[in-house]
Amino acid sequence: MTDWRDALNVVVKDVATEMRTKEALGAMLVFALLVIIVFNFALELRSDNVREIAPGILWVAFAFAGMLGFNRSFALERENACIEGLMLAAADRSMIYVGKMLGNVVFMSLAEMCVLPIFAALFDVPVLNPALWLVILLGTLGLCAVGTLFAVMAVSTRAREVILPLLLFPITVPLIIAAVKATGQVLDGQRLSEAFVWLRLMLGFDIIFTLLAFLGFEYVIEE
Amino acid sequence: MSQRRDCRLFVLIGLSALSMAASLWLVFGYVPNEQIMGPVQRIFYFHVPSAWVAFLAFLVAAAAGLYYLLRFDWRLDAVQVASAELGVVFSTIALVTGSLWARPIWNTWWTWDPRLTTTLVMWLYYVAASMLRGLVETPERQARFSAVLYIIGFVNVPLVFLAIRLWTTIHPVLFTSSGFALEPSMLLTLGMSVLALTLLYACVLAIRVRVGVLETEISTLQRHWSTLPHADEGGLE
Repeated sequence: MTDWRDALNVVVKDVATEMRTKEALGAMLVFALLVIIVFNFALELRSDNVREIAPGILWVAFAFAGMLGFNRSFALERENACIEGLMLAAADRSMIYVGKMLGNVVFMSLAEMCVLPIFAALFDVPVLNPALWLVILLGTLGLCAVGTLFAVMAVSTRAREVILPLLLFPITVPLIIAAVKATGQVLDGQRLSEAFVWLRLMLGFDIIFTLLAFLGFEYVIEE
Repeated sequence: MSQRRDCRLFVLIGLSALSMAASLWLVFGYVPNEQIMGPVQRIFYFHVPSAWVAFLAFLVAAAAGLYYLLRFDWRLDAVQVASAELGVVFSTIALVTGSLWARPIWNTWWTWDPRLTTTLVMWLYYVAASMLRGLVETPERQARFSAVLYIIGFVNVPLVFLAIRLWTTIHPVLFTSSGFALEPSMLLTLGMSVLALTLLYACVLAIRVRVGVLETEISTLQRHWSTLPHADEGGLE
């Protein structure tokens, strides 16, 4: 039976595990910062081109950090055969997906919240903007929806973590494009209605892939 | 039963060979040169059909994947894998011919146009999906993973296209709502080329599915053999 409390329990379990070690969160945060710094050198940022490039750098950092988190969330389950325990629980498989996905959303959002102020300081862009937060939330939801599904497949292969980015980035191309464009428009101080086309695309992506992953998850987690 | 299948396959191969000969004659002997581009435009008759077959192949893979998740018939797995592999082959052809054509006409090998980028992203994704398949241990899990990946991949195609089309495009639009923007003789040649490559796809798909089915049967026999008590005493006698 579909019971949303099962999903919530999975989230609580994941957050509790993470809070004991803070391994994934720390890695995501440091990695996101590293990406921002490396791109700063790679692209030779100047005050006249920073506005065009900053949204792209922000989303590359978020996507890479998210990828680390997705891999970690299932690698941890694999390590001590925890995933078997999770599957034995009297919960719907789809609810396990929802729980894992929301857990990833929580971790990614926490990492993003820490990265944003630093991003603002380094690139001198205004980030205290609810419109920007909405764009980030939509992008994060989409990345987590697909990432959680692909991560469970990736950890059950021989290559483990290696395969996830190869699948995740082609699929999230439309999401990343829309997120970068919308972020650019919002940072330029345009109203949210200007970015409506891109927001709609992101929302569509989120809905379609959350549904597909929700339905597909039980086929890929089954032993 | 298997003889009837052989017979059908030979008919298919024959039809495909005939239509390919016809399309080659039409492309090189019948259709006039394009006014502005000249003879180089003839690559069009290979480029467009390859792109079409690639999409068709990915569609078939997704449909077979969906059907597999409903029925769990391992022959459907053979179909989805074969079709996805062919999709990668034909999209490679479409990308390479497109690039060769773009060089003299657009004066660049590549542009970030919706159709080009969508095909490239799709190509990358399906290559990754087949890599993942090779890294999964059990055949049953391979089949389920592939089915989910092919369905997701195909659903994503229109979204990628939509996202990239919101930038400007220089790729010509052939099929508009008002009909085909093509000369009748060119349309005939294009139609024949599309038919030829679609039949070729069907042939290779049929053969590849048979190979896939045989592979599964052999590995089942091998597993069965290795579980027999005398397996470690030596080979077959």
